This record gives sequence, C-alpha cells and structure tokens, in this order.
Amino acid sequence: MVKIRVPVKKIIPKLPDLSKHVIKLSEKTLKETQKANAFFLEAGNFFLFLFSATREAFSRQFEFKEFLRQCYQIGNKTLPLISVTGLIMGLVLTIQSRPVLADFGAVSMLPGMVALSIIREMGPVITALICAGKIGSGMGAELGSMKVTEQIDAMEVSATNPMRFLVVTRVLAATLMIPILVLYADALGIMGSWAGANIKGSVSFTLFISQAFRVVDFMDFLPAVIKTFFFGATIGLIGTYKGYTAGKGTESVGRAANSAVVMASLLVIIIDLIAVQVTDMLL
Amino acid sequence: MAKTETIIKETEETTEKIIEINNLSKSFADLDVLKNLSLNLYKGENLVVLGKSGSGKSVLIKCIVSLLQPDQGTIHVLGKNVVNLNRKELAAMREKIGFLFQSGALYDSMTIKQNLEFPLQRIKKNLTKKEMNEKIEEVLENVGLTDTLHKMPSELSGGMRKRASLARTIIVDPLIMLYDEPTTGLDPVTSDGISELINEVQEKYKTSSIIITHDIECARATADRIIMLQDGEVYMEGDIDDFENSTDEMITSFFKQQVHQGQKKIKKNG
Repeated sequence: MVKIRVPVKKIIPKLPDLSKHVIKLSEKTLKETQKANAFFLEAGNFFLFLFSATREAFSRQFEFKEFLRQCYQIGNKTLPLISVTGLIMGLVLTIQSRPVLADFGAVSMLPGMVALSIIREMGPVITALICAGKIGSGMGAELGSMKVTEQIDAMEVSATNPMRFLVVTRVLAATLMIPILVLYADALGIMGSWAGANIKGSVSFTLFISQAFRVVDFMDFLPAVIKTFFFGATIGLIGTYKGYTAGKGTESVGRAANSAVVMASLLVIIIDLIAVQVTDMLL
Repeated sequence: MAKTETIIKETEETTEKIIEINNLSKSFADLDVLKNLSLNLYKGENLVVLGKSGSGKSVLIKCIVSLLQPDQGTIHVLGKNVVNLNRKELAAMREKIGFLFQSGALYDSMTIKQNLEFPLQRIKKNLTKKEMNEKIEEVLENVGLTDTLHKMPSELSGGMRKRASLARTIIVDPLIMLYDEPTTGLDPVTSDGISELINEVQEKYKTSSIIITHDIECARATADRIIMLQDGEVYMEGDIDDFENSTDEMITSFFKQQVHQGQKKIKKNG
C-alpha cells in the first residue's frame, strides 16, 4: 500500500483590516455616549432645580412684593408687542380666509371661524412664543448676568434664599401673567378680525361678535386657557433655569438667553401638541 | 487687681478663635485647590491671606460661608461647624458674616438705597422705616457716599461701587468680615482709601476679618497677621515684617513683583 502524500496548502483567508473601522466606531460611540451623558446630566439638574423651586414655592416666607414687581415687569414689557401681534393676527387671518370662504358662499362663517382658530390655537401659541422670546430671554440674561457678577452669591450670603426671591417669583409671575396676556391677545385678535372684515364689506361690531360667539362655546375656551398656564410655567422655569445655571464669563450670559428662548419655544410647541391630543381624547 | 483682670480679659479676647479651620481640602475635577489647610482667625484681628492667582484664596472664604462645600475638613465659625449646618442654621450663621465680593456684587436693578435696604429688611426685621433710613444714612456717611442714595450702581465708579458694597455689608453689623480682593482693579489712591476703610470698619464695628488679596500695599495697611498660600497650602505665616525680611526666594520674588507692579501702576496713573 502506497501512501501518497498530497501536499495540503493551507489557505488562510485574508480578512479585511477592521481595526480602523473599530477605532472609528468606538470614537463615535464614545462621542454619542458623552452626548447622552450630557443630556441626562442636564435633565437631572433641571429636575433638581424644579424640585428646589417647588419646595421654595410652598415656603411660608413668600416674596410677595417681588412677585408683584415681576408681574408688572412681564405685563408691562410685553403688552405693546402682544397688542400689535394680536391685532395683526386677526386681521391677516380674516384677509386670507375671506376669498376662500367667499368661493363657497360662506362669508357669514368668517367671524366664527376666525374667533375659533384664535381662541383655540393661534392666540395661545403665538402669544406664548412671543413671551418665550421676550420674557424667557430676559430672565435668562438677567439671572445669567447676576450669576456671573456674583449677585446671586451675594444674595445667598446675606441670608436671602435666591431660589425663593429670584426663581419662584418669576416662575409664578409668568404662570399668572401669560394666560392674562393670551386673553388680551385673543380679544385684540377678534377686534383685528372685525377690522379685516370691514375692509371689503360692512359689518357692525355687535353682529360680528354675536356671529363669532355663536360658534365658540365654553369648552373651546377652557382647554385653551388651561394650557396657557403650562406655557407660562414652562417659559418661567426654562428662563430662570438657564440663567441660574449659567457658567462663568459674559459669553455664558448670551448663551443662557439664547438657549432659554430656543428651549422654551420648543417646549411650548410640544406642550401644545400634548394639550391638543388630551383635549381631543377628553372631549 | 483690676489691671490684671483687664490684661487677662484682653489676652482671652485676642486668643478667642472666631474661625477655626482644620485640614480643609477642596478640589475641582482633578485640580486640588486646597490641601489640608488649617488656620485660625482670632477675635478682633485682621488676617490677610496673600497668594498668587489660583492659589485657592477665594475658594477658602467661599467655603467659610458655605458657598462651596469642602471635600474634607472642618470649618468652625463662632464655635459651629458650618459643614454640618442645616439651611436654617446656615442662614442664621450668614447673618453674622459680611462678605465683600471682588466685583462688589451690587444688585444692578436696584438703587443704592434699595441695595442697602435689601439685607436690612431681611436680617434686621424689627427696625422701623425711620430707623432703617437712619441706618442707611449712617453707613453711607461712614463710607463717604452720602450723595449716591438714589443712584444706580451703573452710575458709580469702581471705587464707589466697592464702597457702596462695603456699606451694604456692614449695615447689618456683622461680627466677621470676609473681603475678597478688596482693592483689585482700583487705582493706588482709591486702593489706599479702601484699605483705610477696612481699618475703620474693624475699629468701629469691632469685626474680625479675613482679607484675601495679592496687593502688598493693602496687606501692609490692614494686616495684623499674614498667611501666604501656595498651591492650596499655608506657605508662611507671620506679620508684615517677617515677610519683608524673609530670605525665602518665593516670598521675595512675590514682594518684588508686587512692588514693581505698584510702581508701574503709579507711573501709568501719573
């Protein structure tokens, strides 16, 4: 028996060099993890801030004078802006809707349609967005600069709780004032709509209002008002949080103001979406 | 007999510890700012803490008022360890401490009068409106700012702002004063004025003070005792003569540098 030796060639498959990709992937993972960490850290800090503010809100030593001053500041600062926006909002909505309704011969529906859209959606959201820009940035910048120039520390060492004096008063003032500003903007929006209706026609104010409120009922009104309290609280909380936790240097003041506006505006839209869904489910 | 009693009383006063710090450590991330630092502040003295920027001077006094939490060690202020105090106790403790911030930290949105009323309304709650106004006038007179009552902080010069800030600090009659770089950013003449004011405050209000500075002139004018910090540790302790006569290279270079900077400042200001 002859044994034939067949030479066996070992075939070693050439594997692609994955090390580069692995390194790239791990770098990317690390970056993403860091981003996620930063997000969770920020969220954690915000909830701690919220907890602290809530605890101080129920404190016996409420800074009522500062609360009234903040209410006045918020109302006084935004009133001209809200007035113009509210008026134009109603006017534009009417001018834009009129031709479409005229095509269907439904011009008489105009007051009701405009009033409904202003009260339910346009008034609260547009007013809240304007307030997010005006009040949110103001709070972020004011508290941020107070933080940078050690004024918050000075308050703390002079035995005054800055959370109670600066944060609680501003958040509560925004929570109370924004619904009032929304109602005011709604009223001006309807007035603007009446003015718009009179550009190409003639309708008395009494007729316009009676036609408008034939469509709108209390349940259109209530959820819209309730959500504005949440808008106000959110704008106040985000504005004060961003300012209160600003870093060092003047650059951080700008960053605090900017991120307060962006974050508050985004949250207003998200809360609106949730409010609409909840209202839709309940009614 | 009476004389002996007085001497004993005076000695007790000068050795009574107002602040007692033991093995204090504080770090930020990987940076050790204070390392096992121990120091005492005695009743009625002005203790100057000298040191280069970043040596941990400001962190030290911020730990004393609990604006920063130490990692390790104890800080006894008037016999109580501030590290273990709850919020209420801490607020009560802070009422006895005056803190002059480097930037003055006057509230921008308030007039000088409102700035002074702010701590008064919260700490001296029993005062009537008339008594408050009298107190405000008194402290403003003491710091030489009687005509600034209704001005906003932005309308004042750097030196005036420091004075107004000092007035806001002393208005509640603190037992302890902590000065964070009181003369930084001021011209030599105004700096001298602030140093004089620190001595006047000590004399008039019988305060015990810690003065954080890197200004030799301020230290010379105000110090009863000096501690030099280096890398978060006590490098040297003594009076101004000990420091000026020291042959230690670090001390001599620090003093020379400061004198040189002072001369440059004087030339610049004419």
